[in-house]
Amino acid sequence: MISENSLALARDLIMSPTGLANQDIDRVMAELLSAPLDDADIYFQSSRCESWVLEDGIIKEGSHSIEQGAGVRGVSGEKTGFAYSDDIELNPLLDAARNVTRIARSGSRGTLAPVTSRSRAILYRPIDPLQSIPDSEKVSLLNRIDRETRKLDARIEQVIVSLVGVHDVVLVVGQDGRQAGDVRPLVRLNVSVIVEQNGKRERGSAGGGARTDYRYFTDEDRALEYGREAVRQALVNLDAVAAPAGNMVVVLGPGWPGILLHEAIGHGLEGDFNRKGTSAFSGRIGERVAGDLCTVVDDGSLPERRGSLNIDDEGVMTQNTVLIENGILKGYMQDKLNARLMGVQPTGNGRRESYAHLPMPRMTNTYMLPGPHDPEEILQSVDKGLFARNFGGGQVDITSGKFVFSASEAYLIEKGKITRPVKGATLIGNGPDVLTRVSMVGNDLEFDSGVGTCGKDGQSVPVGVGQPTLKIDGLTVGGTSV
Amino acid sequence: MTNKAPLLFQDQGLLQLRERVDELLREARSQGASAAEAGIGIEGGLSVTARLGEVETIENHKSQSLGVTVYFGRRKGTASSTDLSSKAIRETVTSACTIAGYATEDPHAGLPEPDQLATEFPDLDLNHAWDLGVDEAIELAVECEDSARHYHSDITNSEGAGVDTHQGMRVLANSLGFNHGYISTRHSLSCSVLGQRGNSMQRDYWYTVSRDSRDLESARRVGEKAAERTLGRLGARTLSTRQCPVIYTAECASGLIGHFIGAIRGGNLYRKSSFMLDCLGKQVFPEFIRIHEQPLLSKALGSSNYDSEGVRCRTRDIVSEGVLNGYVLSSYSARKLGMQTTGNAGGVHNLMVEPAGGSQAQLLQQMGAGLLITELIGQGVNTVTGDYSRGAAGYWVEDGEIAFPVEEITVAGNLRDMYRNIVAIGSDMDVRGNIRVGSVFIEDMTVAGG
Repeated sequence: MISENSLALARDLIMSPTGLANQDIDRVMAELLSAPLDDADIYFQSSRCESWVLEDGIIKEGSHSIEQGAGVRGVSGEKTGFAYSDDIELNPLLDAARNVTRIARSGSRGTLAPVTSRSRAILYRPIDPLQSIPDSEKVSLLNRIDRETRKLDARIEQVIVSLVGVHDVVLVVGQDGRQAGDVRPLVRLNVSVIVEQNGKRERGSAGGGARTDYRYFTDEDRALEYGREAVRQALVNLDAVAAPAGNMVVVLGPGWPGILLHEAIGHGLEGDFNRKGTSAFSGRIGERVAGDLCTVVDDGSLPERRGSLNIDDEGVMTQNTVLIENGILKGYMQDKLNARLMGVQPTGNGRRESYAHLPMPRMTNTYMLPGPHDPEEILQSVDKGLFARNFGGGQVDITSGKFVFSASEAYLIEKGKITRPVKGATLIGNGPDVLTRVSMVGNDLEFDSGVGTCGKDGQSVPVGVGQPTLKIDGLTVGGTSV
Repeated sequence: MTNKAPLLFQDQGLLQLRERVDELLREARSQGASAAEAGIGIEGGLSVTARLGEVETIENHKSQSLGVTVYFGRRKGTASSTDLSSKAIRETVTSACTIAGYATEDPHAGLPEPDQLATEFPDLDLNHAWDLGVDEAIELAVECEDSARHYHSDITNSEGAGVDTHQGMRVLANSLGFNHGYISTRHSLSCSVLGQRGNSMQRDYWYTVSRDSRDLESARRVGEKAAERTLGRLGARTLSTRQCPVIYTAECASGLIGHFIGAIRGGNLYRKSSFMLDCLGKQVFPEFIRIHEQPLLSKALGSSNYDSEGVRCRTRDIVSEGVLNGYVLSSYSARKLGMQTTGNAGGVHNLMVEPAGGSQAQLLQQMGAGLLITELIGQGVNTVTGDYSRGAAGYWVEDGEIAFPVEEITVAGNLRDMYRNIVAIGSDMDVRGNIRVGSVFIEDMTVAGG
């Protein structure tokens, strides 16, 4: 079960080495609550990360890092005071608490949205992935990927393989003294290749990861599959011609192209922007923002996925939140502060990069439910357009609603068939209306392979996306061929 | 209410840190490393934001970290920790040594050549602590946001204004006897507001940043500029797809030059993942372009006597008369390429693109009709091929004057062509970053729109 075991383990892993006792935590909380705050919490974190890099056929670099500390927060109305310490010791924490209480000059004790405490099965095992296999096996895994990938094609010039593991342990103490803990494993493997043909070079990259241990990559041959996929992408791009420029029908492949939802819809539906009225989606609950085939959710409770969490960074259990149902805007993603100010329940989306950062509403795994169409039927319906199968990153201006996402593998569709590959190009659209132009939704929902990282206000958190094949009747493609 | 000034570091603290970093090196030697490099950084500061006339957040920052790289011959391992205790030092060194045990012999790995290390350490005037209390910081943020909100009735909402002050102390040492450190400060003021007219809602921002708070633009001016920029975007529309000349404003142009620096970085060159391979000594920009590095500028944001491995930074021309004179190399990438380090481990220091062609207004006149880009979004840059395609917003220009705001468009081309097709560099140099450049006028690009 989520609550008791995870909490005991988190407390043991964070508190035992520091000698900080529960009564010390109570003293810090008492210091915080000596001021008229609406809410307060202390976030303890101990995080270890390792990375291994293979390049030029050798294990070139490895690194190991430890980050630990505690963040102390007090909230009064719309105001937040925050301080943190890299030392998990009583005096620095008391100092931090004193700094935080300055925010409460005009605070009034409001009522907190009560956090329902349910229990459910844990979404991922509370393991330390760094210890899951011996270092020698990590090294031999990288060497094997390098060897097998280089065998795939004579045009491969460079193979870079990186392996990253994180063991992140958090403990959240609420103003009522209640504690919640989580042990969050995360692994990631990436293969990138450079291929050369007649003096022309291209790159391909593929990878994946999950909240589990390193054996994930040897199971089902995943690691070698990343190598094959990286090479395939690079070779496709060697033959790519200039991408078209202008507005056209765009078909997005399933899986990672769901970054469309993250940029076009997701950020604009985060509670902070909507509470402040700065999002193009502000005040539009109940309105049509998508075609009626579109249902979009954010779900932090999918087992072992990169964007999943047992509890968010405010101790609230994650959940499946419906954002858009059959095209109608249903709800926002909330942390505790914005939920309270908007008079709704938190949705388990309060996340922070670390103890040294303030939490805010963030996405977890954002995806669109499958629709009725066969992906082949979708392609056949297009006379002339672009099929985008893979993407790099994206970005959005949540106020104007304009978003971009950059295709890294795309093809022309001519008379219902995929023809030539075209160079990568940025696609640009308007968030509040792009999904109203979705005319077909595939029955082939896929999630990304576990590679997403989202940045907001300088804070990075791991996320996931997913979608079935989609047809959009008009999106601007930023190629060079007019 | 106490009104405590942010953390102030003294030279005494720097001495203690230099001793601590020596302890790291001694520990590495005692655990068997044949060579080592270590660094420690401590920083502190205050960030305050105000929104709709009231304080929104007060953040007190204080963080620390240590890092160590050990070499066992040509095998390398790295580790870091936020715990600076002697116990953590031992454990961090052990982690690094364990990793080195699994790394492969790399003939190019190792510390820099001793004769490349910095030996002179002039005072670059980077430390100007701002004696700013929390209440004063709040007042300043409120003043800044007020000037934006009251600038015009079309300014209808705000994301707030922020005041940040940071001071940091960093030391770097290696087993060749290098052990130096410095204290530096960084202060900034920023503001972001929303405007609305009809159905058009827009947001824009402005910021000022400097080593010395006295060199910041005034809070009032930052707010006004944020408001002006937001108002300018109201009513933006898309453009039809076309080929046309383009001017990047100074703040957008620094990214354009940043892609060039990325392409001549050693890491991308030895991996052959750059569109600037084999370009040394070749014409890559028009003849009137000079790009130079000025690492020792007093008070500048990118100034430093040495790079991230202790190698002396040097004043040099990277591009003169449009010809590429040198790459951007660390000791490692230099060895991989059979060259000498250029003192750029960790990047360039105060890169300047010399103005050539007058003010931005003169550039607009020269362009006549075309696109002025004020914002770029998304990644969309392939450093292997130079293919470039990014989302943009800005203004359509007619007869050298701004005609109307535009958005939801992309600009695309290939960076090699874009650099060769630069027509002029404006004199309106943006000095807020490590890359200093004015507006950049490019002859011809593809603009896609609805």
